[in-house]
Amino acid sequence: MSVLGTSIKRREDPALITGKGKFTDDFSVPGMLHAVMVRSPHGHAKVNNIDSSAAAQAQGVVAVFTATELEATGIPGVIPTVWLLPGIKTPAHTLFATDRVRYVGHPVAVVVAETIHAAHDAAILVEVDYEPLPAVVDPKAAVADGAPQIWDEAPNNIAFDWELGDKDATDAAFAAAATTATLELRNNRILPHAIEPRAALAQWDAENGKLTLTMTSQNPHVHRLLMTIASLGLPEHKIRVIAPEVGGGFGSKIHHYADEAITAWCAMQTRRPVKWTATRSETNLTDAHGRDHWSTAGIAIDADGKIVGLRIDTHAAMGAYISTFAPAVPTWLYGTLFSGQYDIPAIHVHVLATFTNTAPVDAVRGSGRPEAAYAVERLMDAGAAAAGLDPVEFRRRNFIQPDAFPYQTQVALAYDSGNYPQALDKALAAADYDALRADQAKRLADSSGNVKLLGIGLSSYIEACGIAPSAVVGSLGAQAGLWESAKVRVHPSGSVTVYTGSCAHGQGHATTFSQIVSDRLGIDVDQIDVIHGDTEEVQFGMGTYGSRSAAVGGSAIVKSLDKVIAKGKKIAAHLLEAAVDDIEFEDSEFKVKGSPGQSKAWGDVVLAAYLAHNLPEDVEPGLEETSFYDPANFTYPFGTHIAVVEIDRETGEIELLRYVAVDDCGNQINPMIVEGQVHGGIAHGLGQALWEEAVYDESGQLLSGTLLDYALPRAHQLVSFELDHTVTPCPHNPLGVKGIGEAGAIAAPAAVANAVSDALISVGAEPIDMPFTPEKIWRALQEGGT
Amino acid sequence: MRVTISVEVNGTKHEREIETRTLLVHFLREDLGLTGTHVGCETSLCGACTIHMDGLAVKSCTQLAVQADGAKITTIEGLADNGNLHPMQQAFWDEHGLQCGYCTPGMIMAATKLVEDNPQATEREIREGLKGNLCRCTGYHNIVKAVAAAAKAGAPS
Repeated sequence: MSVLGTSIKRREDPALITGKGKFTDDFSVPGMLHAVMVRSPHGHAKVNNIDSSAAAQAQGVVAVFTATELEATGIPGVIPTVWLLPGIKTPAHTLFATDRVRYVGHPVAVVVAETIHAAHDAAILVEVDYEPLPAVVDPKAAVADGAPQIWDEAPNNIAFDWELGDKDATDAAFAAAATTATLELRNNRILPHAIEPRAALAQWDAENGKLTLTMTSQNPHVHRLLMTIASLGLPEHKIRVIAPEVGGGFGSKIHHYADEAITAWCAMQTRRPVKWTATRSETNLTDAHGRDHWSTAGIAIDADGKIVGLRIDTHAAMGAYISTFAPAVPTWLYGTLFSGQYDIPAIHVHVLATFTNTAPVDAVRGSGRPEAAYAVERLMDAGAAAAGLDPVEFRRRNFIQPDAFPYQTQVALAYDSGNYPQALDKALAAADYDALRADQAKRLADSSGNVKLLGIGLSSYIEACGIAPSAVVGSLGAQAGLWESAKVRVHPSGSVTVYTGSCAHGQGHATTFSQIVSDRLGIDVDQIDVIHGDTEEVQFGMGTYGSRSAAVGGSAIVKSLDKVIAKGKKIAAHLLEAAVDDIEFEDSEFKVKGSPGQSKAWGDVVLAAYLAHNLPEDVEPGLEETSFYDPANFTYPFGTHIAVVEIDRETGEIELLRYVAVDDCGNQINPMIVEGQVHGGIAHGLGQALWEEAVYDESGQLLSGTLLDYALPRAHQLVSFELDHTVTPCPHNPLGVKGIGEAGAIAAPAAVANAVSDALISVGAEPIDMPFTPEKIWRALQEGGT
Repeated sequence: MRVTISVEVNGTKHEREIETRTLLVHFLREDLGLTGTHVGCETSLCGACTIHMDGLAVKSCTQLAVQADGAKITTIEGLADNGNLHPMQQAFWDEHGLQCGYCTPGMIMAATKLVEDNPQATEREIREGLKGNLCRCTGYHNIVKAVAAAAKAGAPS
């Protein structure tokens, strides 16, 4: 029986549960030095002078470097932006800040010492003469008259001004609508918080001019390429990037940062291995943050409760520099999702992206799609209220119907498949929605004042994953192709090693990719190994993010397997003296159709390929195939999530009572892993909704930069999630899979927000925005509650 | 200043001269090479560094190595018995209680102590008992399932 679609246990786990898994900081090599960054403590300041003489003379210190020394070596020394938009401003993002610092955390110097203690001790001896400047940290305030100017080349701090959809048609729809609703929305800035902080170990082989960089990376080949073209300037074939075990990424380990390149450069200067490991605080200051939007959103509805128009005007913070893929996040990964699951004839999206004296903002789990789903699904509830309909009925009336696919939205995407009413129905049944509404009504009727409020919130989200084909993303500004590669190497004895350009950091590639191979070749999973994360072993690959690994990376493996089987058929036909077209491959046997007993086993054909004693004339020896798979379209996972919250009217305390999730990611390769991805995504979204917020003060200090101030969800704050799924296979990839890693993070914030709004509105209070802290809820109840 | 400490780790006695400010977690990782114990923060809030010391689950980034002088310590590397997984390790594997695996050693060490103290722990008690350990991958859902399964299996300490 095929293992495809079954919940086999993860092959990754034995090393990880016994402490044998090796993460970047676990590696030490003889002669290794330690690097500690000296970072800007100011959000915005002039740098008048850096005096590193005392630090350089401290015990154990090997070197102290600043921009001056780095520039003298003539390397390019910048962090590139590889998604461009018309009119975008991309000021040079130098590895070290030079004459001006623009966010807290940008390195101004690095201390390299024999021990980590010596490096830390000396770092505080580096004297930097700063002249603080006024800062601006809020994306809306950044464009106000008189706001401090962060970059001369970006007047009014505008990084880019982007729009999508038909403004005139949308305005006309609003003018003619029976009713409209408008919301002011805040999408709170969040920190990615992979539990493993970023780290790098650089080894420089001076004789061969070769750098080996072990680092926390979701995409080692992309990091290598960016180091070649922009930061280090070393030839690509002279850099080896290794991503060993990677302790979570959530987007933060996609991007190119200064620290890893500086560490590599230090190894080249000192001619000794150098290790750098971020502290949690450093990671919080310098990992690219997520979200940080202010929006005005509107929905227009006709007399039948049908949506006739939707519009959104967003201020998006970009931080002090434009990070690696940052321009895509509040634009093509955001604006294109504004049709949601709904048939909307007129949509307009406008985004003003601004520089702020904060850490750069880039992709964090969901990346644009959570922000879009939050706005769309909040509007659906506001629209339902305006139309006098239950949120369920309003969604039902406006769903794109199952027979309407392919469906062209008004915001560029063409949805290929979906069945939205089915997922909604399943979620309503699982939650027992009618009973929840009855409970809510009963509580409201209670006059004792001792009963807590119940809030019920829906989120019928859509996402777009596996963004491709490459020609399309290129036309949208990507300076990269978004295909994926796979090499399938069949060994002479019939076992298989797969080399994938996708690069796991918790997603379980070694397990799910083995299941794909086992299914196609009919060999046991134990006969298959999956290699990723090393540029020396694996052909160029694009990495893991955007819920793309199964849909794009998995499909690349299938493509290579198809080639392997095709070659095997040729060899088998030759050995069996049959026509190639008459050979079928099934249960690990090459068989002649209609001739029972006429067959060659997998192992015999593989061995024949390697012996090469008796091959057809046009067949080369060996059995190894490589593919580069470029998808035909995005994939469109969807689902409906329902959050149920309870609110204490006296204290504003909020408790998550239940969380129901029905997701459709197409076919499931390993349901256990799919569910695990959903769990994690939901927790991420619940964190944003209930607790998490990266708060900067007006001078640019990150006030919630440690785990003492930034509230990550903990076990006792969450519940066990109630999961179910529907299966609408993706029609354009060979596995019929769509992606699931971000679904929860996309759906959950709106589900919780709608639940909180539901509870507040039920007693006459006004809806509020994330994170839904007891204080905010209490204030809302005091101001508006009856 | 340097001092010499003597510690029993995973059944083996070690005597080492260390700098007095060395944290226990760094002593385990750097001096003894036991890198299964991880560091996720510097405020004792993530729990990735949880180990057992003299019968208690301890965050080893909150202890100086000198405080462990004379102590008996078990790390994740010492939990399996002659290659046989501890029931808690087995349960984490069976129930998909880990994804990236970075928090996992600390989580398993905290969970084994939790179950040792309260073999009949309810879901609520498991959740309360694990609140000192952060996981960003699993939403705790399968971790809680794993701990409950290990408790049910009568996980010995």
